[in-house]
This record gives sequence, C-alpha cells and structure tokens, in this order.
Amino acid sequence: MSQPTRRDLLRALAAGTAAAFLSPLSAFAQPFAPLTRSIPSSGESLPVVGLGTWITFNVGDDPELRDECTAVMKAFFREGGRLIDSSPMYGSSQQVVGYGLSKLERPSTLFCADKVWIGSGEEGPAQIEESRSRWGIRRFDLLQVHNLLAWSDHLPKLLAMKRGGRLRYVGITTSEGRRHGEIEGIMRREPIDFVQVSYNALDRDVETRILPLAQDRGIAVIVNRPFQQGSLIRHVARHRLPAWAADIGATSWAQLLLKFIISHPAVTCVIPATTQVPHVIENVRSSSGPMPDAAMRARIATHVAQL
Amino acid sequence: MPEWWSYGLSDFLLFSPRTYYRLIERYNETVWPLHLLAAGLGLAIAMVLRRPTAARSRAVFATVALLWIWVSWSFVWNRYATINWAASYLVWLPLIEAGLLLWLGAMSGRLTLVRRAGVWGYAGIATFLVGLVLYPMFAPMLGRGLSQAEVFGVMPEPTAVATLGVLLLTEGSPRWLAVVPMVLWCLTAGATLYAMRSAEAWLPAAAAILALAGLRARAIAAT
Repeated sequence: MSQPTRRDLLRALAAGTAAAFLSPLSAFAQPFAPLTRSIPSSGESLPVVGLGTWITFNVGDDPELRDECTAVMKAFFREGGRLIDSSPMYGSSQQVVGYGLSKLERPSTLFCADKVWIGSGEEGPAQIEESRSRWGIRRFDLLQVHNLLAWSDHLPKLLAMKRGGRLRYVGITTSEGRRHGEIEGIMRREPIDFVQVSYNALDRDVETRILPLAQDRGIAVIVNRPFQQGSLIRHVARHRLPAWAADIGATSWAQLLLKFIISHPAVTCVIPATTQVPHVIENVRSSSGPMPDAAMRARIATHVAQL
Repeated sequence: MPEWWSYGLSDFLLFSPRTYYRLIERYNETVWPLHLLAAGLGLAIAMVLRRPTAARSRAVFATVALLWIWVSWSFVWNRYATINWAASYLVWLPLIEAGLLLWLGAMSGRLTLVRRAGVWGYAGIATFLVGLVLYPMFAPMLGRGLSQAEVFGVMPEPTAVATLGVLLLTEGSPRWLAVVPMVLWCLTAGATLYAMRSAEAWLPAAAAILALAGLRARAIAAT
C-alpha cells in the first residue's frame, strides 16, 4: 500500500470537517484549543496562527471567489483563529474580508489588523476610515505603518488614536528583509506594540537582531511570507517530508515550516495566506502538538536549506 | 523606493492567475457577443492594411481609437482596476493612444497607412494578425478554455499587439509618439504575465520590441 500523499491527507481533513460548514459558525465548539502567545504590551492572548490576505483575498467582485474566501475565514474562526491581517495596498482584499465578516455575522473573536499605506501623513486618517468602512467594523485592533511608508508622519497619529481609545495596538511592518536598520531604530525609540517582518526557514535575518530586540523591548512579532509567497512550499514539496517531522507532530511541509516559525519564542503570530479551506485548517493546526526545540529548529533550517 | 534592487516582479503582482483569468471569463460573459463585432472590425482593418487609401486610413485610426476607448473603460477601468489599483493609472496609456490616433490619424491625417512591401511590411501585417487571430487562441491552447480567450477590441493585450502592427504600416513622424503608449502597455503587460508565470508573457514584449525595431529600421532606411 502506497503512502498517503499531502493531497490525500488534505482531502481527508476536508472531508472530516465538511459537515461543519453546513451550520452557522456559532453552532460549533472548537475542535481543539490553538496555541496562544501573549501580546507583551497588554498580556492579551492571541492564537499563534493568523490569516494573511495578500494576493489570496484580492478577488475583486467575483462572487464565487468571494464565497471561497468566506469559507476560508469560517474555517479559520472555527479552528480558533483570531488575527486577520490586510492592507489598503492589497487591492480588493479589505472589501473581501468585509464581505466574509458580514456573511459570518462578524465573529466576536476577530482580531482585526490592518495598515496605513499612503505617502502623505495628512491623508492617513481618511485612508484608515475607508479601510474601516471596507472591513465593516467599529474599530481596528491593530494598525501598522505599511513598509514604513511615511512612518514618521503616520506613527504619531496612530499613537494618538490609541491614546484616544480608537485603536488598541500600533505597529510597523516590512517584508523580505528590507529596511531592518530603520525598523530597529523605531523599535528602540517608539512605543510600538507590534512589528511585522518576514521570517521562514530560509529567510532568517531577523533572528540575529530584530527578534531578540522585540523580546527585549516587549514588542509582539507578526511574521509574514512564511512560505515565501508559496515558492518555498512549491520547492520543498518536490521532496519527501522527513520522517523526523513526525516527532513534532508535523504531517505536512506546511506544518513543519510553520512549526519552525511559531516555535521561536519571540514570535507572536504568523499569518500564512491561502484560498483553500483544507490549507487554513492545516495551518491553524500546526500550532498543536509538540513544538521543535532549538536543536530541532536548527535541523529543520539545515534540512530545508539543503533541499 | 528604498532598496529597490531587492524588489522582484512578483512583489508587484497583487492577484493570483486564477483571479485574473476568472476576471476575463466573467468579463467575456458580460460583453458577449461584442467579440463578434470586434472580430468583424478587425477583419475589416486587415483588409484595409492590404490596400490602404487616405480615407480608409482615417477610418482605421478612428476605429482602433474607439476600440481603445471601449477597452479602457469596459475592462481596464471597470474590471481590471478592481484587482489592480495600478490599473487606474495605467488606463491613461490606452486613452492617450486613443487620443493620438484620433487626433493624428483620423482628424489631421498626419498619420497615414501605406502599402508596404518587404520585411517590415510583412511584419506589420503579421503583427496585426497575431493580435487578431493568434492571441485569442492562447487561452484554449494553454488549457484555460475559450471562455477566457482574449479578443482584439475586447481585451487590451491583443488590441495593443494589433495596434503595434498598424503602426508598423504607418507613415508620418508622429508615429513615434503613437507607438510609446503601446510599447509601455505591452512591456507592463508582459511583466505582469511573466510574474503570473503565464506562457504567453513573451508575446506583448516581443511585439513592442519588434515595433520599435521596425520603426527604427525604417528611419535608418529613410536617411
């Protein structure tokens, strides 16, 4: 008998949960409690696996694809996920998130994270208000300055919003290792709650300075591009999952790669993006079971780098 | 843009290939059967390219300009911009092209079609036919189905390729001006398709390079 493929496992996972989608979200008990981490500045717990929307939720007004995104959100919430991250840069993603939230009757567990992305500080508040309207929410939990664009203009306004009770957390973002020096400077000087950076088994620049600094300064870390926009998954998927992955309960490459990220003590939340229900379930469930220790993390990184 | 060297084409791609091709499919469903009208106009232009006259030239430029206005509004602005905010800026390229063709070709007659023999004459006809006949075949040939076919006068890429074919057969110094928006569109489209790993990514860029090479060769030959 041949070994089950990843597709077989996902299909079985989807079949096992398919019935769940026939009933309202509120009718379900969570099948397991996801691993959580505390946001250092508040102590609030957050599940370590969130949901990104870059590319995957930018589906315009296509009703079929919007419903697929809604199904992904529904599975995400049902599995215990909370943080959804988007940006005005992501095309129609905010509207699609808003559409899904409306269909799902705005789950109370939602932790809404968005960004301000505009070159003019004066236009920041209007963009934030438009984003809020697209999400269809009362207020954001977290607003981040996207890719540090005009950060010195936006950051004071976001911090003022937080002081005024119109926002709960403030952060900054970058991706693909860009402007880490500036990110470090802001982390040292400004009272931010979150920093969002790229991190995965191959892109490990943040391990040397950003992640330790986040721990020192009590700043929560959101990790984007955990699969290098899918290219890392496509690359490793050509190889057999190592047998030792079972030691940490990883049943797929996606779970092994996510466990590598979320096992770093500085990481608060990772935000993989997907359009498929089986994948979002697989992603959230990567936070269950044993986590790799330092030796296993090194083994994962070395193995992936050698593929 | 800081650290610009660290950006790749994929960093600027906002949507998935599936979303893009479904957008085309849904657009085709909405505007059908305008494809037949556009194809008919394309065939008429192809006939004129073989035997152009001054009056027919003006008609060709006016027709291509009006098709660009239609494509800009119906697809680029109303559909494409819903998944790519950059399209709300890029839409100026085909609109400028439409304005140039109307002004320089249809109204003032500073651009005229000529019957051209030789390599670049055939290249002009061939490029136009690639946009009119070959481009719509890519979707079915590449397994995306006829419902996602990109048709001249309905979608921007085949219209841009065909327009470059027309400009290869055009006399008048402002043709250099008219070719710029199409070259920029084709290069942008080629880069987008390349980032999407689409097999036809090379074609718009190749048409742009061919048009520039053709116009340059004619300029050299004329001196």
